Amino acid sequence: MAFFVEVLVGGLLAGVMYSLIALGFVLIFKASGVFNFAQGAMVLAAATTYAGLVDLGWSGWTAFPAALAVMIVFALLTERLVLRPLVNQPQISLFMATIGLTFVLEGVSQAVWGSVVRGLDLGIPDTPLEVKGVLISKFDLVASATAGGLVLLLAFVFQRTRVGRALRAVADDHQAALSVGIPLERIWAMVWAAAGAVALVTGLLWGSRLGVQFALTQVALKALPVIILGGFTSIAGAIVGGLIVGASEKVAEVYLGPIIGGGIENWFPYVLALLFLLVRPDGLFGEKRIERV
Amino acid sequence: MIYREAGQFRTTYSADQRIFPIAQDRVAMVLLLGTAFVLVPLLASEYALSALLIPMLVLALAALGLNILTGYAGQFSLGTAAFMSVGAFAAYNLQLRLPWLPLLAIFVLAGLISAGVGMVFGLPSLRIKGFYLAVATLAAQFFVDWLFTKVGWFSNYSSSGVITAQRMVIIGVPIETPVRRYLLVLSIVSLLALVAKNLARTRTGRSWMAVRDMDVAAEVIGIPILRTKLLAFGISSFYCGVSGALWAFAYLGTVEPQAFDLQRSFQILFMVIIGGLGTVMGAFLGAAFIMLFPLFLNWVFHAVVRGDVRAGLLSQLELVCFGALIIVFLIVEPRGLARLWQIGKEKLRLWPFPH
Amino acid sequence: MQGRVPGAVLLQVRGVSLSFGGVHALRDVDFHIHEREICAIIGPNGAGKSSLLNVINGVYSPDKGTISYGGETRRSMRPHRAAQQGIARTFQNIALFKGMSVLDNVMAGRALKMQRGVLWQALYWGPAEREELEHRARVEKIIDFLQIEHVRRTPVGRLPYGLQKRVELARALAAEPKLLLLDEPMAGMNIEEKQDMCRFILDANDELGVAVGLIEHDMAVVMDIADRVVVLDYGRKIADGAPAEVRVNPEVIAAYLGVPTEADDRALREAS
Repeated sequence: MAFFVEVLVGGLLAGVMYSLIALGFVLIFKASGVFNFAQGAMVLAAATTYAGLVDLGWSGWTAFPAALAVMIVFALLTERLVLRPLVNQPQISLFMATIGLTFVLEGVSQAVWGSVVRGLDLGIPDTPLEVKGVLISKFDLVASATAGGLVLLLAFVFQRTRVGRALRAVADDHQAALSVGIPLERIWAMVWAAAGAVALVTGLLWGSRLGVQFALTQVALKALPVIILGGFTSIAGAIVGGLIVGASEKVAEVYLGPIIGGGIENWFPYVLALLFLLVRPDGLFGEKRIERV
Repeated sequence: MIYREAGQFRTTYSADQRIFPIAQDRVAMVLLLGTAFVLVPLLASEYALSALLIPMLVLALAALGLNILTGYAGQFSLGTAAFMSVGAFAAYNLQLRLPWLPLLAIFVLAGLISAGVGMVFGLPSLRIKGFYLAVATLAAQFFVDWLFTKVGWFSNYSSSGVITAQRMVIIGVPIETPVRRYLLVLSIVSLLALVAKNLARTRTGRSWMAVRDMDVAAEVIGIPILRTKLLAFGISSFYCGVSGALWAFAYLGTVEPQAFDLQRSFQILFMVIIGGLGTVMGAFLGAAFIMLFPLFLNWVFHAVVRGDVRAGLLSQLELVCFGALIIVFLIVEPRGLARLWQIGKEKLRLWPFPH
Repeated sequence: MQGRVPGAVLLQVRGVSLSFGGVHALRDVDFHIHEREICAIIGPNGAGKSSLLNVINGVYSPDKGTISYGGETRRSMRPHRAAQQGIARTFQNIALFKGMSVLDNVMAGRALKMQRGVLWQALYWGPAEREELEHRARVEKIIDFLQIEHVRRTPVGRLPYGLQKRVELARALAAEPKLLLLDEPMAGMNIEEKQDMCRFILDANDELGVAVGLIEHDMAVVMDIADRVVVLDYGRKIADGAPAEVRVNPEVIAAYLGVPTEADDRALREAS
């Protein structure tokens, strides 16, 4: 029993990490209606920039703002060169454009920093804590706390501030938002920059766990089932979805794995999300889409 | 002057419904087919055949499949490579366990098995749309990948996980030389391209496009939505399955899951986007572009950059250029090369007059 | 315009109620159409006219009531079934397939009539080609009838609004329906276009014998071509009879002019 709880808790905490990636997706989708496939690449690029700078001798305290600045520049460029020309195009086009962005980002970050695997040390100890006979990693706790903090901050911004309202309007209808004078370009740049910041934090946490390497983008793909479960537009959903995916993935791997053969975690979250979609096509907390005839 | 339609009156519906209603187009098609079937095998080098034309045609076939699913029926899919994988492994296992089956029958059966799998993964499409469906197709991609890697039966319990594709023989004639493999692939692909064109201009194609454009309205005029979507998944997967089988048997020579990974799915998606969604010609143009572009880039790179260069820089540059190209195409001509071709033809009709 | 002899009752809707959340779109509505009849459905905005059509051809399922059509009585229609049984319709917001040409849109309307399987179509030879051409010939007659030959190859998304409405009518007619439901077919048209549309509707009714249920706001049109007029207000039917009678019905006048009547007060109270 204690083993099961340990696996579960481990899974839940891993799930929080997934949620962090999903948060970036949700942020951008909620505010611009764009499904940003490049989020994973953003995580990798941010982490790589940080790790690369640290490798060159920069201290963590200077590398962080520098990496953040890079992400902001990326956001500005994306808004200017990709989003603005594609304004009011169907969502699918924007989605495919973000696939293109993924490639560009991967190529550039690899070209600049090389594809060498780097370790990342944030100074957070990974020693286990023992709580009632169950081992919990301190690192995971820190990650959860960070994620929780980010969520609260973002939820507050979206629900309570004027900017948040403008963001929600933009997500609904670009042209309508433009016609009431919402400065689309600035909003988008802001949102993508924010997502970039989230990506940086995510990248640092994931990077110190797995090392900064290409596999990070594969991990980022896992965030997709997370947002399916949680709903594309829900910040709370990103957390809940992440927890579900993390927990179920670990539990399935440990208990089902030996029966079917290992490596289940590659597809289990997706199949889970697929089955879930059959029951709730818009996710747990997503907005129901209504089609008028 | 040359491309004038004036004087060509179509007096029957039959003439109007033809794939190439304009005489010049028919002539051009005949010339193209003649070149492809006769001139190319005679004149092209073995390298050109094996490394360029064959993979280009095989991938064009997969692009045709994706075009049917995403271009005509509007069902977004990121799992193309998974269905190719199914086709490849199905063909391998059929040849292995039922060796008395003729090769073409094996390809057809492999396609049908792939079609079946496609329809299973297409079932959710009745409830799920758009991105959700795209992510659901990723489930197919990862699941199939895992299945063929982990379950040894599919690869005949080979220890390395990489199995050699069997030799191809059609009525006693071995198909091993590049020329023969090229002709086999060309024949199959041409035939299936014709079928795709036929489907597009009949009731099936219209039902697909209706479901793509507004499925509520399609239902109201009596189009059976589930059947239409499943048919799209099925036929599309058939094409991808045959393409996968050809990829393994006529190009790679091996059957391995790594050849059909997520990168491959993206590659085919790019072919379809750049080539032009919803057109048969787009699949071919896209495939040609994606195959030739790296070569072009390579040549430019080496012409511009002298001296030593870090290994891998070229492939990273390729990544960046591809990504940028996708974005550029989406902004400038979202309907792809096929549309540019059409515009070119329209200008040609007026030439030498400006309008 | 009347002088047509309407036939037997083709469609009977009894006691149908429909609500969305707190909004009562339809309340206990009885409605019927005879064969070959042109019945206009009028009423202020939000009265439930489109909802009534949507219930008839199965886009919505009513909460209460029955629909009798084609010898069967049921709680709700499935759209596919309605199409199979000869009910065709057009929509207020034009539900055309924007990516396809006019010809393809109208040919799509014949989807139910085309039988040949996929394999034959893949070959496009023999039976499939014959079927394709046969239906093309019929569709061309409709295109001729509605005078849209000159745009048959144009993608409908590029056509002006008035022509799009005509294409939608063509697609509905292509199904050779027994009952044609038209949701504001003349919205946004100028006088000439309206006259054309009226003519098309009358000709369709005359030559093809199709019954027409028509939502319309233009009173002149209604008075001109309708055999019978049904008036809805706040989801209730408040009048049903010949155009001349309905025009002078005080409740109808009040509903349109906004003079509160007892019925209005009741409805307002119930709605809150």
